[in-house]
Amino acid sequence: MIELILRRFGGALMILFGVAAITFVLLYALPADPAVQLAGRSATAQTVANIRHELGLDQPLIVQFVHYLGNLVQGDLGRSYTQKTEVMTLILARLPATLILMVSGILVEVAIGLTLGTIAALNRGGAVDRLVMTVSFIGVSAPQFVVALLLLYVFAATLQWFPMAGFGGFSHVVLPALTLGVLGAGWYARMVRSAMIDVLNQDYIRTARAKGVAERTVILRHAVPNALLPIVAMIGIDIGQFMGGVVVVEAVYGWPGIGQLAWQAIQQVDIPIIMGVTLISSLAIVTGNLIADLVAPLIDPRIRAR
Amino acid sequence: MTDMSGDFRAAPVLSVDGLTVDALTDRGAKRVLDAVSFELAAGETLCLAGESGSGKSVTSLSVMRLLPRASLRIVSGSIKLEERDLTTLGERTMREVRGRDIAMIFQEPMTSLNPVMTIGKQLLEPILIHQGGNEASARAQALRMLDAVQITEPARRLGQYPHELSGGMRQRVMIAMALSCRPKVLIADEPTTALDVTVQAQILKLMRELKGEFGTSTILITHDMGVVAEMADRVAVMKDGRLVEIGSAVDIFEQPTQTYTRELIAAVPRIGARAGTDGPPAVTAEAMAAPRADKSLEPVLAVNNLKVTYGARASLFGRKPGQLAVDGVSFELRAGRTLGLVGESGSGKSTTGKAVLGLIPYEGYVAIGGEELMDFSVKAMRPVRRLAQMIFQDPYASLDSRMTVGAAIAEPMAIHGIGDRSDRADRVAELLRRVGLTPDVASRYPHEFSGGQRQRICIARALSLKPKLIVADESVAALDVSVRAKVLDLMLELQETEGLAYLFISHDMAVIERMSHDVAVMNGGRIVEHGPRRAVFENPGQDYTRRLIDAVPIPDPSRRRLAMAG
Repeated sequence: MIELILRRFGGALMILFGVAAITFVLLYALPADPAVQLAGRSATAQTVANIRHELGLDQPLIVQFVHYLGNLVQGDLGRSYTQKTEVMTLILARLPATLILMVSGILVEVAIGLTLGTIAALNRGGAVDRLVMTVSFIGVSAPQFVVALLLLYVFAATLQWFPMAGFGGFSHVVLPALTLGVLGAGWYARMVRSAMIDVLNQDYIRTARAKGVAERTVILRHAVPNALLPIVAMIGIDIGQFMGGVVVVEAVYGWPGIGQLAWQAIQQVDIPIIMGVTLISSLAIVTGNLIADLVAPLIDPRIRAR
Repeated sequence: MTDMSGDFRAAPVLSVDGLTVDALTDRGAKRVLDAVSFELAAGETLCLAGESGSGKSVTSLSVMRLLPRASLRIVSGSIKLEERDLTTLGERTMREVRGRDIAMIFQEPMTSLNPVMTIGKQLLEPILIHQGGNEASARAQALRMLDAVQITEPARRLGQYPHELSGGMRQRVMIAMALSCRPKVLIADEPTTALDVTVQAQILKLMRELKGEFGTSTILITHDMGVVAEMADRVAVMKDGRLVEIGSAVDIFEQPTQTYTRELIAAVPRIGARAGTDGPPAVTAEAMAAPRADKSLEPVLAVNNLKVTYGARASLFGRKPGQLAVDGVSFELRAGRTLGLVGESGSGKSTTGKAVLGLIPYEGYVAIGGEELMDFSVKAMRPVRRLAQMIFQDPYASLDSRMTVGAAIAEPMAIHGIGDRSDRADRVAELLRRVGLTPDVASRYPHEFSGGQRQRICIARALSLKPKLIVADESVAALDVSVRAKVLDLMLELQETEGLAYLFISHDMAVIERMSHDVAVMNGGRIVEHGPRRAVFENPGQDYTRRLIDAVPIPDPSRRRLAMAG
């Protein structure tokens, strides 16, 4: 177990280094020049050159990268070009909002996916199964911004059950979380369905029934924990998918999280913020996978034994 | 001792009358059980015997009312437990019957227990459901049951998970669970098929003792006539969904009235059947007239100090040593001879087979046709590969379902660049004839064939490169006895005509006895006894070998020994 954590920690460092390198190169290959962006359209060449020097952008790429890594090791993500604040401070201020959104999104996704998937598996081949599979297919296929606008139109504009946008109490979370979760829910419904069908055909399910266990208990106590095993591993991987969705959802709902921060930074070519958000997201994905690896043995004693 | 006269006049505990079951398919209903009737008397053991597809398991699942609802349906007949007709009970009432009045044990102890629940939770479940009471009293009863099935350290077992127990122990747990509510009827569906013979002997003995103690009437489903002879008071023989014959065990074995029953009993390989002879029987006319002399002195396969290690890997804190699965195995095999490699699961016999073909990394010396295998490059292996082929256990899994039979047989020749398309087609036709099929089946797909036919196709594929050595790993274990006998005869015939050498790997002592010239007994990765078959079987030098031989049930109810032996 300790070896697993150490191994994963080493792997995480490698991944973060790779992500930093790739993002760095990609950002500097962009046609947009942050110095021009900062100086404004009317600025003279000299002003632009000054800004470039001030930001260290006139040095060779490799020197800039080593410099960046040096700071990174000390937990310094640099200063934002536009907001003149530490990137770390900006991210930390917005991280809680994003975490709330992500956790509620994952809850929506897993709750809906698990319920629908189980119902479909229990009615395999029937009308309910086909209905669930069709709905989940639409869920998987619908672009996130369309889902967001649809939910806004129905539940915020027309029915006025939830606020249009913003950050606040529980009612503010519902629509963004739904938007974020719907796509994954369709995916999970399909996964859970096939995992459940697999589990329901296992010998130990027949054993449970032969003991006279009620069908409800057979499903909830014997089948679901076994069907969850592959799902837990998926949730870890899924966090990466989620980060992509977060940017869109935060933009649409005006949710003050790091997705919105990244969105603004991209428009302003604020490279330190883009770098920072990318690295924090990667860290979240790596951590998510690690948590999935650590949770799996809690559910499955066979993994504990290894 | 048990009454073997078959005279059970007391009111039956269970009576099945005219039970008919249909399978619902896309093409309409197909009858899988046709008017099956039998009675189970108090305290008796009735064996349902028959080959795959005969309807044994459908019968037992019908009694439990556990048929998969979407695909199988009872269309008529009654199943009476004492006075109650189970076919008319609602699901809720039926649940009370399951586990309390009728309990069941299944074939696969490895998969029949829930892997994420402790043994204790699973054992307590039926007790709490059917007898109520509190957790503590249920726990006490669970402990008594584990004790009754002779599991050591019962208290510790309650906290363990299934994967921590061996196959035999898991089957004991299943039995404890089934008997925990003292059911009137116990249905055991192939309860020892997946176990090693020595473990099978222990479980059969236990079941017999518990029957005496609990007085449970038992329906024992098995394809193994040896087990039938060992356990049954009465026997019901099933074929194609019908019950063809029912009678006392002695009658069924000694005076079967039906041809099918006679064939079934005759096809069972009996250990000791080859006593007093050397080598396998001659099956071709030529071989019978003039037994083949050993012409070649050069061994086809030479193995010296073979070692295979599993699970070794690099870790952060240095290298993790693996487990030695094969530990210094040496033997030689000459053309036209069979070496039977026998042992229990985990003895390293299959691993040896794979290493010999260079399919897994190994240490030591392996030479096929005088060429050492050590060079692992695929190219260098190719000419050697032609000399050695393998036939696997599961004929269903070892043929690609999307490839025609002809293409499957021709593929090795195509890989090795032998002949052009039409040459290969001719050779495929010849091979199909050789294994007792007609050449026109070449264009068909594997699903159209039975298990025995598929194994013939696999043999044809293995022969396509004219190998000198065939490694047959449990090649007949998945086949029904009657089919098994025919496939074994085919292999003997091919050996006589082609001069093939077989490395014949099996857990089945009777099959090994029939096929082998020499026998190597493996235990814990080592060969513990090695010699001519006659010597090893008739005068084993090792206790381990003797235990393996003695544990095989004999298909003759008058020679019961497992359950009787102290």
